[in-house]
Amino acid sequence: MRFRLPQRFNLVSTILWGLRIVVAVLVLAGSWATLSSGKLTPDAWRELIVFGIAQGSVYGLIALGYTLVYGVLFMINFAHGDVFMTGAMTAFFVARNFGESGFINANPIVALLIIFAVSMLTSMLVAIVLERIAYRPLRRAPRLVPLITAIGASLFISNSIRGIYGEQSQSYPSVTALQGRLDLFGIPILKTQALVIASAIVLMIALVYFVERTRTGRAMRAVSEDKDVAALMGINVDRIIVTTFAVGGLLAGAAGVLYALVFNEVDWFMGFLPGIKAFTAAVLGGIGNIAGAMVGGLTLGVLESVGPFLLLGGANVPSPNQLRDVIAFTVLVLVLIFRPNGILGRSEPGR
Amino acid sequence: MSSQPAVHGQSGPPAAQTPAERVLELNGVHTYYGNIHALKGVTMDVAPGEIVTLIGSNGAGKSTTLRTISGIERAREGTVRLNGRDITKMPAHEVVALGVGHAPEGRRVFSRMSVAENLDLGAFRRSGPDVATDLARVYDLFPRLKERRTQKAGTLSGGEQQMLAIGRALMTQPSVLLLDEPSMGLSPILTEQIFKIISEINDQGTTVLLVEQNALMALNVAQRGYVLQTGKIILSDTAANLAANEQVRQAYLGEI
Repeated sequence: MRFRLPQRFNLVSTILWGLRIVVAVLVLAGSWATLSSGKLTPDAWRELIVFGIAQGSVYGLIALGYTLVYGVLFMINFAHGDVFMTGAMTAFFVARNFGESGFINANPIVALLIIFAVSMLTSMLVAIVLERIAYRPLRRAPRLVPLITAIGASLFISNSIRGIYGEQSQSYPSVTALQGRLDLFGIPILKTQALVIASAIVLMIALVYFVERTRTGRAMRAVSEDKDVAALMGINVDRIIVTTFAVGGLLAGAAGVLYALVFNEVDWFMGFLPGIKAFTAAVLGGIGNIAGAMVGGLTLGVLESVGPFLLLGGANVPSPNQLRDVIAFTVLVLVLIFRPNGILGRSEPGR
Repeated sequence: MSSQPAVHGQSGPPAAQTPAERVLELNGVHTYYGNIHALKGVTMDVAPGEIVTLIGSNGAGKSTTLRTISGIERAREGTVRLNGRDITKMPAHEVVALGVGHAPEGRRVFSRMSVAENLDLGAFRRSGPDVATDLARVYDLFPRLKERRTQKAGTLSGGEQQMLAIGRALMTQPSVLLLDEPSMGLSPILTEQIFKIISEINDQGTTVLLVEQNALMALNVAQRGYVLQTGKIILSDTAANLAANEQVRQAYLGEI
């Protein structure tokens, strides 16, 4: 007699279900152990969450650059992390100057605006040059070719900065106006983190407005759907592509300063890990999807900050924070197993 | 083939006008896809107010001809003239502004955008009050589009998407409208409707170059036609003559 399994019962889905259950059990057990041990006070949790949101906002801003470029070119711009780094590194010299002259504390708002402008414009310029020199000539090449160019460009930019600005880490001067805490609806938040979150919100709203409401934004959406037909509408596709890189660069430059304010240190290698994390965030949220990049960034930021303590804190792991990257990338793998198109991703036909 | 009225390489089809009066003029156009020689010296022209059809079997180069005219593909040899002006080397987004409206094969509407946004994109290079006039004209021709103007184009039916593709091309204010297989995938009733609208658009004064596999329908609405075979124009005559031509009837009208 032949034994037949029901049609919808197959090996892969069984393994996936098993995995789901194991993950759920581990998450619940770990969280329960941590929470019942009471090792962390509610205040500590709140700190972790707010820090996660701030960090996630930075990831989200960088992730937008990946997702915008992917949207129009279906290419991962692996040099984007270095675009971010270049802005922060260049603005450091302005910041140091302002710090030494005392201008940064005499007039913090103007000083910060100038620092932001320098960083954003530098990153934008690097992104534009990158597109013109490294990617545009390869527009019709097979898809693997620009990917390799991107990695090459990434090494080129980071090592150029290392050569120009030196190898040692630099720290941004502290801004007195940003010291201490801000009382937000009864929750005391570090002022730097409040600034990071607020700036990210403003930039994201500006971006959504730009993409949804302006003529250029509409052209960008048209190019991302169909380049040939966009050209038939009279849209200069090359110009829209370079604009996309420029917008991604502006956001990365802003993220660079925010990153420097939160983590204080900048160096030539600072683009690497945030770049990978932001790329992860973009994939997590659904690559090519603007809201997805923000959601992915925030999710990753909070997971990274809260996850290690929540899952491992109760298990007496010595310093769970060291395992943040492990947790973050485990989450990426899990999300991609269960939602291959990301949290907000739609299934793209073909391409 | 030698007994036919006009053969590849010769100029002066029956309805020929003086050069200045031609909206569109192709002279010995060669287009390649990589190493594939898709157009092998296409010569044809379209006069103001005409509907000219380009018929031929699958892979004959009909779409390539339109893509070469609108600048998506670039001719390696030969010239394309629009209202007497050489546009052979011009990029697609500039050709549009000079008056080529192209409704591409397979409709290719922007499916994630609304009907209204699609039509607005047709007028991307334009501004001023006549844009609104043209929009009213498109909504007049296609009342269905007006009803569905806030709907995402991807949710429209095939016939409605075709209407949108034509409407969007009209929004570029073309001096010649290129239509690539407007009947593709449509029911006979819808096809008839679309062809009726094409005649209507032409009656309103728009010159049309129509590419079709449905040769019978195309020859019905057109004044003149060209027959394209493996990248060459093999026949050129009035639509009535082509429809009566033995060779055409055998090859393209499904008669034995």
